[in-house]
Amino acid sequence: MSEQVKQSIARENLYGLAAEFKDTPGIYHAAEKVREAGYRWFDCNVPFPVHGLDRAMGVKMTILPVMVFFGGLTGFLLACFLQIFTNSLQIDLWALVPVVGYQFEVSGKPLLGPAAFVPVAFELTVLFSALTAVFGTFFLNKLPMFYHPVLKSPEMLRATDDRFYLVIEAKDPKFVRNEVEAFLQSLDPESVIELEN
Amino acid sequence: MTTFPVNTGEDPRRRAQLILEHSDFGSVTDEILNVNESPKPPKSWYFALAISFAMMSMLGAMIGYLLFTGVGVWGNNNPVAWGYPIVNFVFWVGIGHAGTLISAILFLFRQKWRTAINRFAEAMTIFAVICAGTFPGIHIGRVWLAYWLFPIPNQMDMWPQFRSPLLWDVFAVGTYFTVSLLFWYLGMIPDLATMRDRTTTKVKAIVYGLLSLGWRGSMRHWHRYERAYLLLAALATPLVLSVHSVVSFDFAVSQLPGWHTTIFPPYFVAGAIFSGFAMVMTLAIPARELWGLKNFITMRHLENMCKVILLTGSMVGYAYSMEFFIAWYSGEIYESFAFINRAFGPYSWAYWIMVSCNVITPQIFWFKKARNSIVIMFVASLLVNVGMWFERFVIVVTSLANDFLPSSWGIYEPTWVDIATFLGSFGLFMTFFLLFIRYLPVLAIAEIKAIMPQADPHGHGHSYSEMEGETVASAKVAEKDE
Repeated sequence: MSEQVKQSIARENLYGLAAEFKDTPGIYHAAEKVREAGYRWFDCNVPFPVHGLDRAMGVKMTILPVMVFFGGLTGFLLACFLQIFTNSLQIDLWALVPVVGYQFEVSGKPLLGPAAFVPVAFELTVLFSALTAVFGTFFLNKLPMFYHPVLKSPEMLRATDDRFYLVIEAKDPKFVRNEVEAFLQSLDPESVIELEN
Repeated sequence: MTTFPVNTGEDPRRRAQLILEHSDFGSVTDEILNVNESPKPPKSWYFALAISFAMMSMLGAMIGYLLFTGVGVWGNNNPVAWGYPIVNFVFWVGIGHAGTLISAILFLFRQKWRTAINRFAEAMTIFAVICAGTFPGIHIGRVWLAYWLFPIPNQMDMWPQFRSPLLWDVFAVGTYFTVSLLFWYLGMIPDLATMRDRTTTKVKAIVYGLLSLGWRGSMRHWHRYERAYLLLAALATPLVLSVHSVVSFDFAVSQLPGWHTTIFPPYFVAGAIFSGFAMVMTLAIPARELWGLKNFITMRHLENMCKVILLTGSMVGYAYSMEFFIAWYSGEIYESFAFINRAFGPYSWAYWIMVSCNVITPQIFWFKKARNSIVIMFVASLLVNVGMWFERFVIVVTSLANDFLPSSWGIYEPTWVDIATFLGSFGLFMTFFLLFIRYLPVLAIAEIKAIMPQADPHGHGHSYSEMEGETVASAKVAEKDE
């Protein structure tokens, strides 16, 4: 389908090789084969999450849900502390400024009334979980990252539109330029692209 | 017999087509981003933006007038201390709810049709909550002390009162706004990256580049992204139900006749979803006409929304009648009086506007013909918006104006400042919305591609024996194209 790629990038500047596919079965089966061939440093750049592709690539389940659980727990405990300290106890604390709890007595309501504290505890649990979910994803994905060899290549612009790319990185222990290229060609791609660091 | 559009059939053997006229991913990107990439938006966009901007300026002027003169410029009085600002607050918060319902609850229920409307319903949520937040903010009287709402350590040793529903509201609405914004932004990152990769100007490349955080479509990123999206949906679902419940506590936790009822939380939530869907429809119909998004926001999507409006409208109608029943059944004279006063007292005109718009109007959607007529839908959605505003007016004003002691009764009349401020909030909402349509991805492009039959790695080009019906047909068409 495509000819031998011209070796225009010096070895030390080579980030990896990318194979371009035009449909989802193509990238799916290619990812399976790449994983079976024993490559570890590879990735797929796709315009939308192709169903099951992460499993085909052998991506491990993310730790994100655990992080979100602890984020939510933090929010819950913080809300309980905040409400009980400020409205129910008469104690002094040193935060940025000295802070003092205040025993609020309003229309004979109990000082420690858990029912009244439920809504705020719930909201802060959700708030902290959601913040952890979003910023945890950014953190695990190492975003924002404004420079990346994949973004640099003009040939891979369509990765956010309608093409599917499989990239094997040069730092993979099994990476040998000509072998990888021949292997990618055997997956029946539209083209094979060199990526510069 | 009337013929209905192709994808509104109810044949259970065939999966209804959600995206019309598209068999490849590239054309989907092209058609949706045409809204942003066309050299000039339609003339009506400029026209609408000019009007909205003028109205938004009016809001600014009214707030300035209020700050320099005092709350006396409003019609708020004793006993009706809440008046327009709180009516508008509840109205706008309610509008916001459809966005989260569509993005979170329909996501958990795997309702794929949500992908065509979720992005701008979420945008609508954010802008509506901004409008909502403005009103209590300016209603507190001494606006410069608004920070007293938050638990900030201070030299007066003073804390907010956590047993008050009004403070719960601060946390509920604050959380709701933050989570909605995160949900909206997280969903938009891949589409912003698509825009970044297609721009022609340097400025746009930099702006969209920064906003998309360097998203490169890595499947390892998508894996965590999808997990985060699912978690956010699971978190936003109880959140959206809690927010309007907490708003209803502002009323239900007080002891006023007509407010102190246990039906309020579910009734407010149903009403919120009802009004929100009506607003989505009010916005979606002109948007799809003007920008030709009819292949994505199809008649089936509109029909589904009509059905949600019918359901929630009927729930609201049920709540209205149940309130009346309980008022009578409880034998409480104050409660009974509050409801008779609503229907036949000084504000009966508002009550009957509410009933006819909210209960009677949506019943038209029992008819398929009405669910397939753009004109009927549009008019009905406008009427529902009007009705839901009057619902909040009836709840807030009638109970406050006539409570226990006739000697403390009063009558409430809005001033021109009240009315101009309310209209101005529409200007704020529409200005943001129009700018959003032009400068941000208006539909969730990546999600739309993912629900196309061609997106399934095991369907198309694999083995046809696994598939049935329409998938086979579309896959064969796709194959012919190649």
